[in-house]
Amino acid sequence: MEFFRIRKDIPFMRHALVFNVISLITFLLAVFFLATRGLHFGVEFTGGTVMEVSYSHPADLDKVRSVLEANKLSDATVQNFGSSETALIRLPAKQDVTGAKLSEHVLELLKAQDASAELRRVDFVGSQVGKELVENGAIALLLVAVGIVLYLWLRFEWKFGLAAVIANLHDVVIILGFFAFFQWEFSLPVLAAVLAVLGYSVNESVVVFDRIRENFRKMRKASVPEVINNAITSTMSRTIITHFCTQLMVTSILIFGGETLHYFALALTIGILFGIYSSVLVASPLVMWFGVTREDLVKPEKKREEAVV
Amino acid sequence: MNRYPLWKYLIIAVAVAIGLLYSAPNIFGEVPAVQVSPLKAAIKVDPALMGRVEQALAGAGIEAKGALLDPTGIKVRFADPDTQIKAKDAIQKALGEDYVVALNLLPNAPRWMIAINALPMYLGLDLRGGVHFLLQVDMDGALTKAADRYASDIRQELREKDVRYGGINRDGQSVQVRFRDEATRDKAQAVIERSSPDLILKQQGAGGELLLVATLKPEAQKRIQEFALQQNITTLRNRVNELGVAEPIVQQSGADRVVVQLPGVQDTAKAKDILGRTATLEVRMLDEEHSDMASIQAAVGGQVPFGDDLMYERSGVPLLLKKQVVLTGDSISDAQPGFDGTTGEPAVHINLDGKGARIFQQVTRENVGKRMAMVLIEKGKGEVITAPVIRGEIGGGRVQISGRMTTQEAKDVALLLRAGALAAPMEIVEERTVGPSLGAENIEKGWKSTLIGFGAISFFMIVYYALFGLISVLALATNLILLVALLSMLQATLTLPGIAAVALTLGMAIDANVLINERIREELRNGNTPQNSIFEGYKRAWGTILDSNITTLIAGVALFMFGSGPVRGFAVVHCLGILTSMFSAVVVSRGLVNLLYGSRRKLDKLPIGNTDWHKKAVPA
Repeated sequence: MEFFRIRKDIPFMRHALVFNVISLITFLLAVFFLATRGLHFGVEFTGGTVMEVSYSHPADLDKVRSVLEANKLSDATVQNFGSSETALIRLPAKQDVTGAKLSEHVLELLKAQDASAELRRVDFVGSQVGKELVENGAIALLLVAVGIVLYLWLRFEWKFGLAAVIANLHDVVIILGFFAFFQWEFSLPVLAAVLAVLGYSVNESVVVFDRIRENFRKMRKASVPEVINNAITSTMSRTIITHFCTQLMVTSILIFGGETLHYFALALTIGILFGIYSSVLVASPLVMWFGVTREDLVKPEKKREEAVV
Repeated sequence: MNRYPLWKYLIIAVAVAIGLLYSAPNIFGEVPAVQVSPLKAAIKVDPALMGRVEQALAGAGIEAKGALLDPTGIKVRFADPDTQIKAKDAIQKALGEDYVVALNLLPNAPRWMIAINALPMYLGLDLRGGVHFLLQVDMDGALTKAADRYASDIRQELREKDVRYGGINRDGQSVQVRFRDEATRDKAQAVIERSSPDLILKQQGAGGELLLVATLKPEAQKRIQEFALQQNITTLRNRVNELGVAEPIVQQSGADRVVVQLPGVQDTAKAKDILGRTATLEVRMLDEEHSDMASIQAAVGGQVPFGDDLMYERSGVPLLLKKQVVLTGDSISDAQPGFDGTTGEPAVHINLDGKGARIFQQVTRENVGKRMAMVLIEKGKGEVITAPVIRGEIGGGRVQISGRMTTQEAKDVALLLRAGALAAPMEIVEERTVGPSLGAENIEKGWKSTLIGFGAISFFMIVYYALFGLISVLALATNLILLVALLSMLQATLTLPGIAAVALTLGMAIDANVLINERIREELRNGNTPQNSIFEGYKRAWGTILDSNITTLIAGVALFMFGSGPVRGFAVVHCLGILTSMFSAVVVSRGLVNLLYGSRRKLDKLPIGNTDWHKKAVPA
């Protein structure tokens, strides 16, 4: 079986501007939503308490709300989680009561109201710890970006490193934009997914870049856009098959992995879809516009390792 | 050209064999067990204890599936959780409170596997259920306490040396002493500098309000803070031991935090209560009128004299103490192990605060030659730490306990005396509690999604790449086995994000095989011979695989460095998975291909899906 029976190179570079404009618009939209709506940070980052309480029957959320309100906990949000039997209660961080005591207090209230209430999970994070996690997350993101630029600079050339990072950071912003637009909860596993996507999408660019380098060597007379077109066309089959396989796994996590991994898988899905687009159709034109030349990669006196798709 | 030397096949075979061996324990799962360990290091674990456990079980009519004696304790396995809980109660009742009897899960793998350390993966709290606390030690509180201590020391010292001061008070973390004239202040400064070398003294104020401000030197501050943290950790350990948790973790995290993990604990309220509880120390006099053997024997038999309490020393010696409390632990400001100045034998030095010192001086003056007892009260039960004879009046609030002590015992006693109260207040800044049902559900969902995803990828790869697809799937399966084996060997903590990382790593690892297969197809399309195509395909794909895996690895390492808790689990699995995938996707799949095709002279076609389409005419 073979899906991609392409005989001629597709002139991607002719439409380079279009791809980048589409990208830019999506990017700006994402930034807009991030700025106006902001991320709905999980309790790990904001500090506060999350309790998952299960009942032997469908949970009556209104009753839960009313008992909390009656006890001066009106800033709590209550919703179903996973199934109708489970209630998720979020309590913002408070200065005067430590979260550890708060969760006990709430459970007592709920048990008094309905004896079948059973505590499944408590997450309490102090606001100081939350701040540190935000800082550490930002540092990790920065470190990954710098590390990737450096590595690609070493293996290829600075133009490639920069192009790959711009293309893939823009994926990250778009994922965050989705989370801001839909107000999905941005938790630690989502951060992990975002960083994994960053590493994974760069793969994509690397595969194309490898082919561009090889083509510069083989296609002596071709122009830069022709070289890039050929590189993208000949790696397209692999790109799509690989992403399809990864997406099979991610979809499986999305469907069967349960509520805890839901947003993790969602972030990966968005990342994979935009990753294909940006790492191929954004990174390569960027390299072209940065003014890549044959001499950048093919150095006659120094024999380089071959690497291809 | 597509042949591996024998050693390469051997490496693959050995790797796969080890992988199978060490991932196998995970299949057997875990059995419910009860773990018995002594509460104090002094109590030995020996076959006699084993006998008592067996007797207790036999007495309750509970059938065990086997018992294991090791230096740390006894582990008894049971068929199901119900028996396990019954057994725990029976054993606890028979052994009394000197032992921790905890519920635990033990690997169900055959004994020879456990003997070669082939254990199942170590599950994180989100998978096995339990409690995780992150406690923040209030370092400012520790320094404030230290400043209080120094204020009372200075007061004592100036009085002894007859230096007249206007007043002493603590202001934040510094101590201010007021004087009326310069000469006295200079004299006081000299006295304090000699007695408390840890202080920096500054002269402030003028006229009738002359001040001497004492602050702690930075290195002394650091020492006090480190000490406070260590002491809090020790105290927490002692308390956690009473909870009866099989594998508790109490360790330092960063400069001023302590992580406490209690797998399997469900009663978080009780756990919090015990962690936050303060033990108290009491100083009481022995009842000298009833110190004879007969009275004590009678008391052990139940006839305790009026106004007395029967208590035991740590070694088990019964003592009769007066009910009246001379001093409480609140009066102890510090206790340190050390040596007696004259005899050189190990001793414990105790510092009392001003009020405590006065009471102590009075009591010792009136009771020379009698014995006093230091009693540690926890959970409403008292235990005599030490009961020394008063040799003379003790003034100044500096008490030394010595005699019949080893260096280790002196250390322990000092610790126990200090453990009465935590060195610095602590606050829970992070809590994660996962119920057992949720943990089991997480495991099930995690593995289910991984296996379904794996199945879907396998199906697709075989349909799309035919036999080469099957080889890719076998390589991917090897990757899974190696990854699970590696995680089991390292006993790295597996969390739910960790399982997700296993799934994701498999989904990403297939990339290497797709790269190789696509490249082989391309070589075939370009008219290369099958053997050449295989050779070139693997050779050329390798560089790309390396590059792309290294970039992924960079992301993984960054996550590991800055992630915490479950995310760190994700990063560990992700990084290990990248390493195993490079081996399995390139070396193992190549080995299979070489084994199948390497020796074939005549090879016209490769079963890698249709690659001939380009030869047909293009429809007009």
